[in-house]
Amino acid sequence: MQRRKRKAGPVLLMLPMAAWTVLFVGAALAYILILSFCQRAPDGFGVVYRFTLENYAKLANPIYEQVLWKSLALAFQTTLLCLLIGYPFGYMMARAKKGWRGALLLLVVVPFWTNALVRIYGWQILLMNDGPVNKALIALGLAKHPLKLLNTYGAVLLGMVYGLLPFMILSVYSAVERMDWALVEAGRDMGARPWQVFCTVTLPLTAQGVMAGVVLTFVPSMALFFISDLLGGGNYMLVGNLVYNQLLKARDWPFAAAISVALMALTSLILWAYRRMGGKAGNFVMF
Amino acid sequence: MPDTLLRIKGLEKSFEGTKVLKGISLDVGSGEFVTLLGPSGCGKTTTLRIIAGLTEPDAGTVELAGKEITNLPPEKRNVNTVFQNYALFPHMNVEKNIAYGLKLQGADRMTRRRRVSEMLQLVRLEGYEKRMPSQLSGGQRQRVAIARAVVLGPSLLLLDEPLGALDLKLRQQMQTELKEIQKTLGIAFVYITHDQEEALNMSDRIAVMREGRLEQVGTPEAVYEHPATPFVASFIGQTNFLKCRVGAVEGNALTLHHGDVRFPARRDVLSAREGDEVLLCLRAERVKISPIRQGECCVEGTLAALRYAGGSMRASVLLADGQQIAVQCPSMAAVTVQPGQKAYLCWNAEEAAVVREDDHATA
Repeated sequence: MQRRKRKAGPVLLMLPMAAWTVLFVGAALAYILILSFCQRAPDGFGVVYRFTLENYAKLANPIYEQVLWKSLALAFQTTLLCLLIGYPFGYMMARAKKGWRGALLLLVVVPFWTNALVRIYGWQILLMNDGPVNKALIALGLAKHPLKLLNTYGAVLLGMVYGLLPFMILSVYSAVERMDWALVEAGRDMGARPWQVFCTVTLPLTAQGVMAGVVLTFVPSMALFFISDLLGGGNYMLVGNLVYNQLLKARDWPFAAAISVALMALTSLILWAYRRMGGKAGNFVMF
Repeated sequence: MPDTLLRIKGLEKSFEGTKVLKGISLDVGSGEFVTLLGPSGCGKTTTLRIIAGLTEPDAGTVELAGKEITNLPPEKRNVNTVFQNYALFPHMNVEKNIAYGLKLQGADRMTRRRRVSEMLQLVRLEGYEKRMPSQLSGGQRQRVAIARAVVLGPSLLLLDEPLGALDLKLRQQMQTELKEIQKTLGIAFVYITHDQEEALNMSDRIAVMREGRLEQVGTPEAVYEHPATPFVASFIGQTNFLKCRVGAVEGNALTLHHGDVRFPARRDVLSAREGDEVLLCLRAERVKISPIRQGECCVEGTLAALRYAGGSMRASVLLADGQQIAVQCPSMAAVTVQPGQKAYLCWNAEEAAVVREDDHATA
């Protein structure tokens, strides 16, 4: 028989958070899930609560499939670029002297003090035909006419990388910072050159941090819609834009919900894959 | 001393304006066990790191087997290190940890297997190949770290407080084993510790360090019986310092005055002249408490306290000038004086070192 006394205190303390979660996360998700199986009202406004699989059937349309592939490609490219820039940056930051480290950390975090939307508008101004970037290029003689920078795929990719890079940097930073540097010295001591130590010790031991950074950049880059809207001029339809359009422009709520559910399923799948890999990251040996 | 394997000359190093090493010079013979002994912050780890190539000296040179290696990166030195917290790769099992260096050298699978099992036999961890470091106890990790460091057959092994994290019993056992391993392999050890007992037990020679300088280098016996400075005398063993004035110098002996009392002493300080102030080092275990004068070397005092301390008795004798002398007696029966009574402190002149006072206050 259990002799432990039940303590009401901790349970009570958890109630507000539990209530918050149930109400604003659980209920909202449940509503979206239900919505995705409902029908659109015939007059175009509102929802008829009658079961249908039509919304999911619509997803099979090649147009939407293409949107999905494009989104995946962009998310993949964004993540790869973030990794290529973020790993060396985060690594350097973790290995920098204390004073420098603080300054660099501040530089990475400062953008978060401003709304992301505002910052993307900033990029819009920078990349305009008569914006500072074009003016500088012409002044330096690198271009004769203003280049079309805004409303290009490159601009969307730039905005995505810009917005998500800090997550990668901070993930790598914390992983490298946590690592016991004596291990690197031990590797050198046993005859490994710096790059060999990096491949056999540093990289495997920071792999979990890298995976966290990959998830933190990949998952949001599937759903972000305003960056492609503002920097791509609406030319690049991503999953996020699709949901946004169906919800607010086409007013097809059930379909928007179905897309959201599909996106969440995909994201969960990626997270699940991460977990499986993350669990093994500790034994992950490069050679 | 056998032929010189390692020769360090005039090592200096500063960290952020603080001078950590102020000119360290030391020779280590092949197969020799040399201990760097000193309190924390004395620069012993920095010295070791410079030998390993993990820290660059500001000045000075490191020679190994007659070749200068001062500017060689760690991977190009025939020197391996046992790190303070073992630094085992947490993502590799015992076998992979030990075989790490062999693999880099391009040794084939069979050779690696064989060498790893030889090393595990050496450190008495047969059958632990597939364990992960997290599944090992502190002592076992220590053994793996040693196996990993010697598998490449270095001519010199550096050990940075390797037993610091182990409990007393295991530490004593490992001291013996380490010494055996050193003898079996016949390689030189440079060993860092702040534990004087460990240093005395294991070393061929001890280099006592203080504040970035070598205070004295010698065999355990030399360092213990003939300390060169008050610091060495106080850091190794429990020592009382008796302030004395030199009365006379005759051949190999001195006559010292302590207040009105005079007694003979060894002439450890060759430059001592009549009238000089010196310190007589009275080891706690080499002083006897007696109700009457015994021999030539005696001072009078009062037995202030007597305390049971397991294997021995600890006594404290108060001298006329107010100084407390700590005494360690082998047993209760050896003390025939009651606390509060008059007591004589007597010693053998041959067993008490004489040192010059230096600018640093001593315990």
